[in-house]
Amino acid sequence: MKLHFPNSAFLGNIDTFIRSIDTTNPAELTVSANKHWMSLHPVVLCMAYALALQTQRQHGAITCEPLEATNKHYLQRMGLLHELHAETGELHTHEASGRFIPLTQINDSDHLGEFITDMIPLLHSSPEQVEPVKYVVSELVRNVFEHADSPIGGVVCAQFFKKTNRVSIGVVDYGIGIQTSLQQSHNVDTDAEALRLALTPGITGLTSNLGGTESNAGAGLFFIKSIAKVNRDFFLIYSGTAMFKLLKTPQSQTVKLHANPLQDRHSIVENLPFWPGTVVGIDLTMDQTQKFDVLLELIREVYRLDVREHKKERLKQPRFI
Amino acid sequence: MKREIVLLPRTGKFAENKDTARDIRQREILPMLAQGREIIIDFDGIEATTQSFIHALISEAIRIEGIAVLDRMFFKNCNSMVKGIIKIVVEYMQR
Repeated sequence: MKLHFPNSAFLGNIDTFIRSIDTTNPAELTVSANKHWMSLHPVVLCMAYALALQTQRQHGAITCEPLEATNKHYLQRMGLLHELHAETGELHTHEASGRFIPLTQINDSDHLGEFITDMIPLLHSSPEQVEPVKYVVSELVRNVFEHADSPIGGVVCAQFFKKTNRVSIGVVDYGIGIQTSLQQSHNVDTDAEALRLALTPGITGLTSNLGGTESNAGAGLFFIKSIAKVNRDFFLIYSGTAMFKLLKTPQSQTVKLHANPLQDRHSIVENLPFWPGTVVGIDLTMDQTQKFDVLLELIREVYRLDVREHKKERLKQPRFI
Repeated sequence: MKREIVLLPRTGKFAENKDTARDIRQREILPMLAQGREIIIDFDGIEATTQSFIHALISEAIRIEGIAVLDRMFFKNCNSMVKGIIKIVVEYMQR
């Protein structure tokens, strides 16, 4: 396996980085990096961490070229250098400004709960701003537990970028991938088709019934994509050899949610290097973060339309007291 | 008599643990509804929740008892975010 940290890899331009990954030969991981500067989305760090953990599981060898980039301390701060066995020379660690969540491997439900509680203060943000971050991490990591069968669990990290007032989150696993998960209950021929289905509300690998099971509605990824859409941010999901990327909605356009992800402004790239599990990256721009109530009302509209297509009579409402 | 299920001590302020939702559903909600009783689910102190948690908590009750179960299942002390998610789950269960 090979991985090269480029000068820049964020959700908008991550395609080149992903195309450069080599996930063959899991017994060996070779890591190299740009010699001057690395501006990396947390999802890139999660992928590197996942590959390192997987290599260690195989008792393989990890070789990291000596890092020279001026900001190599960033990788240390996020908790990656130790896993990569990297030689760094002297590190001039800056005062951590807080506002980042270092790489964390999460293997069970209780750990996830503790992680979510502990991560809140790290972002130094208001409860309203942190709400979508908690939501995204909880839903994505629970997806790993329920669908991924990942030997390394889920790998999570996040970073607040002050200049752009944005929180970027990565959640990565090295499990069976979305196509294999969905194939337990659906006919899915390609990774791209699997991504489309996974993002469509009501579809889960646990049942062929639309609407899911008693424990899984098949709506988690749709909600998360919707959070990014309403905030006019990027959302990316990569599994097997395909990647779906929700592109930013321009300020000039009204945000409209779609049950069918192909109706969103998006890109799909196929024939990428094979990633056995699932990679999810999302940006949340804080000053654009809509109140969750607004988001839920928009999602409700999509659901209501979907329900009304199936049922004409008036819907019964819950009673709040 | 209505039976009240208080979530906060079991879920914390962010109700997201589906294992907890499953336990409450299986041990309390479904048995009580099967006995024909009325229940109140109290969200006092819950600041946020997820669609997955609410689905795991109540969707099976709606599937088994039918949508009329909403005349016997009440949601108390919900903030606007929790209300929004409950509405979505309830409406989607009626498709």
